[in-house]
Amino acid sequence: MQGRYQAPFAESGSHAIDSEIAGRLLRIALDTGGDYADLFFEYSVSGSYAYDEQILKSARRAVSMGLGVRVMKGDATGYAYCEELSFDAMKHAAITAAQIAAGGKPVAPAAISLREGPNRYPVSSESLEVDGAAKKAILERADRAARAADSRVIRVDASFAENVREILVANSLGHMARDRQPLIRFGVRVIAEDGGKRQSGSSGGGGRMGLEYFEQTTPEWHAEQAVQQALVMLDAREAPAGEMEVVLGPGDSGILLHEAVGHGLEADFNRKKTSNYSDRVGEVVASELCTVVDDASLEGSRGSINVDDEGQLPTRSVLIEHGILRGYMQDRHSAEFFGASPDGHGRRQSFRSHPMPRMTNTMLLAGQDSPEDIIRSVSRGVYAKKFGGGQVDISNGDFVFSLTEGYLIEDGKLTAPLKGVNLIGNGPDAMRKAVMLGHDFEVSDGIWTCGKDGQSVPVGVGCPTIKIAAMTVGGTQVSGA
Amino acid sequence: MSKLEREAKTLIDLGRSVVEQAISAGANVAEAGVHSGSHLSVKARKHEPELVEEAGSRALGLRVMVGQRVASTYTSDLSESGKRTLVEDALELAQLSEPDEFAGPPDASELSSPADWADLDTFDDRIGEISADEALARALRGEQAAFEFDPRVTNSEGASFTRARGMSALVTSGGFAGSDYGTYASIVVNPVADDEGGKKRSGYHWSASRHYGDLEDSEAVGREAARRTIAQLGAKKLATQELPVIFDKDAARSILGLFVGCVLGGSIWRKSSYLVERTGTRVASDLVSIVDDPLLPRAPGSRAFDGEGLISRRNVVVEKGQLQTYLLDTYSARKLGLKSTGSASRSPSGGVSPSSTNLILQAGSETREDLIKKTSHGLYVTHMMGFGFNAVTGDFSRGASGFLIRAGELAEPVSEVTISLNLDELLQRIDGVADDLDHRTAVASPTFRVSSMTLAGT
Repeated sequence: MQGRYQAPFAESGSHAIDSEIAGRLLRIALDTGGDYADLFFEYSVSGSYAYDEQILKSARRAVSMGLGVRVMKGDATGYAYCEELSFDAMKHAAITAAQIAAGGKPVAPAAISLREGPNRYPVSSESLEVDGAAKKAILERADRAARAADSRVIRVDASFAENVREILVANSLGHMARDRQPLIRFGVRVIAEDGGKRQSGSSGGGGRMGLEYFEQTTPEWHAEQAVQQALVMLDAREAPAGEMEVVLGPGDSGILLHEAVGHGLEADFNRKKTSNYSDRVGEVVASELCTVVDDASLEGSRGSINVDDEGQLPTRSVLIEHGILRGYMQDRHSAEFFGASPDGHGRRQSFRSHPMPRMTNTMLLAGQDSPEDIIRSVSRGVYAKKFGGGQVDISNGDFVFSLTEGYLIEDGKLTAPLKGVNLIGNGPDAMRKAVMLGHDFEVSDGIWTCGKDGQSVPVGVGCPTIKIAAMTVGGTQVSGA
Repeated sequence: MSKLEREAKTLIDLGRSVVEQAISAGANVAEAGVHSGSHLSVKARKHEPELVEEAGSRALGLRVMVGQRVASTYTSDLSESGKRTLVEDALELAQLSEPDEFAGPPDASELSSPADWADLDTFDDRIGEISADEALARALRGEQAAFEFDPRVTNSEGASFTRARGMSALVTSGGFAGSDYGTYASIVVNPVADDEGGKKRSGYHWSASRHYGDLEDSEAVGREAARRTIAQLGAKKLATQELPVIFDKDAARSILGLFVGCVLGGSIWRKSSYLVERTGTRVASDLVSIVDDPLLPRAPGSRAFDGEGLISRRNVVVEKGQLQTYLLDTYSARKLGLKSTGSASRSPSGGVSPSSTNLILQAGSETREDLIKKTSHGLYVTHMMGFGFNAVTGDFSRGASGFLIRAGELAEPVSEVTISLNLDELLQRIDGVADDLDHRTAVASPTFRVSSMTLAGT
């Protein structure tokens, strides 16, 4: 594929990087006695289109490119980057990063060979290479559908973002890997007004794919979802406050799992013993219904990668199996500490950042129950359908999530929509209280971005319907009042 | 010419060349923002260096208009071919955009010039000279102080020290050319303590400043981080109830941050704020006055001119509870039939939108202790979690931790509860504002008290 946006460091690029140049730079990086060094070349092009007030109001594009050099000595990391691929600039970055190991004897890097794995995102045509008019048409369709759906819709915003990220990683162990990662994200947001009340609703999706995404999930479908959500929320009543049964809907609720459990299983926190899961491999940390995996190989999913940002080919990691903690998500540094093999979780936001253990697609696998039975089993509780986001304190697993769409469950039935619902709890505690799991496993449509230490990476989540026996719901209606 | 002036001239020349290229390629408006910066960031953990990161970077953002079609582009590739792609892409994208009758640069008569710009003292040469060794020594001392403060501090997420300097230039085809620069140093210490039931508690404290001499002592930061961490040990849920809530400075500014999102012009014309059509009405109690002041010397959000080249000015947003104005850039002002408040912010990627600079809830006359003392039973919030805020309706519900207040004194620590109340109501229920304001953050508030909120717990 020879499109318009090609990395200058690609084999045919203007600043082609081959194993010989990479080897020279790695030798400079290890000249002061570092234990390990890697080079991370990245070329990233993003585009975005904002459709607003029935016109395509703005179109944007951004190109970012550079090299990050990392040198490790013991547990210490030296990091530097440059945005120019002249040999002098790259050499300067290597020398700067090497300062961490000052005074040691030069170490020779291993001879470099290329590693390749299966392609998890075969895209016939990258979105960035497709004429902008096609994207404008998709946004127009969403806008039209949302306005046609209901006369109470007073505003519609639709947006489309596209990115391609080409990377080349080479390290002193002799591994070299390349990847080209496409990503799209579509979203529509509406505001509905009725009798002086206003509410918003939104829907979106995407993944590591091209515009064929819209053949499966149309812009009209997303528009209708957004409108429905806004209309439902117009009728929403104040949420109850206090501890009660909570049912988490399939797919989207995986974000709760990502936050409440996933982060605590990232190996860096466990290496440093600052996670509530530290030293607990082999112990029961969830109800026996729960099996949690992190899997980078889902085709086209937002969190999928062919190769991680340390050049490692990812494997499917079983984190919790029938309630028992099996292991952590490793990057190279942590894997060395734990005597484990790196499993492809070393990710970074860009060449300006050093890698750390990160999630890809984090999923709680399906159970046996029918979703209807699960709802029917609840006499008074809350059903969580769509999440706005959440946050966790890694050190103890305490989390908070806010719902953008939630319902009251009364006598086994979904009744009133609720506004301003928060779920608050503790990750391990909630997982122990997972008493029913549906057979309706879903992967959430691709909208999630995970932040850690100031670095953002795209992730995927998935889960079935889950019943949690008791969780604190943060509403405003004190029960009995 | 000083070194800084030479650097500024280089950036302005770069911006000017891109603006000229865009105009000759067919744009009738072109605006270039050029950024350059460098930073050193170090981290120490458990008495050993963990990370030393050092780099410099430069980038160009361009916004063009062809007629009233708008597009923007960004690149970190400043080679001739990189700049060419930047301009070509912008012009191509502008063809795809549709005419927006409100799009356009500010009127030339509104633009500021060098003689108007205040010296805001945001640059300190000394910061650029801090070596990696000195930075590491400070981080190590901060962490050491945390460990020494209390034996219950058993672990650490580390201590970090960062120094940064940045310069930006704005050049527009409307005749504006200016540059702005600043420095910044910060230290953060993040201790971890063991709590009951195998839980761990992590806490932190930090200091940041424009001038090196204003940075808090490393040891003081470490001790305060440890004190905060230890104070949360044994935190418990509370029963669900209605009670008065005191937000300490850090929690209070987080509330203020939600408010400011609702007074930015973009959220007003998009009707995405509960404060639409509320100017001139009561939005908070009499005790609340909020200003946006870009002209404070050495403050984190200070700047002499805005992202469109208009002179910076102090805006009174709320005066004694009455909403006085929204914060507007040229575009949102035109959408609302108003004048820009000089609040435009230009992102590195070329987009322009209104933002606050130093947004401050003005200090009151009581002390923090007075507020606690007058609360017989209440919650003192030090930290909030989650994103439970709907700007369209003002509905607010977030996770909170802090302390129970019993008989006018801080008592046992509390965590894993949520506090809820519509923001409109919350600000009107403020019945005490303390005098403990500081300017270390771009959104700043003193401690304040809300007469009653819903707490959800067990």
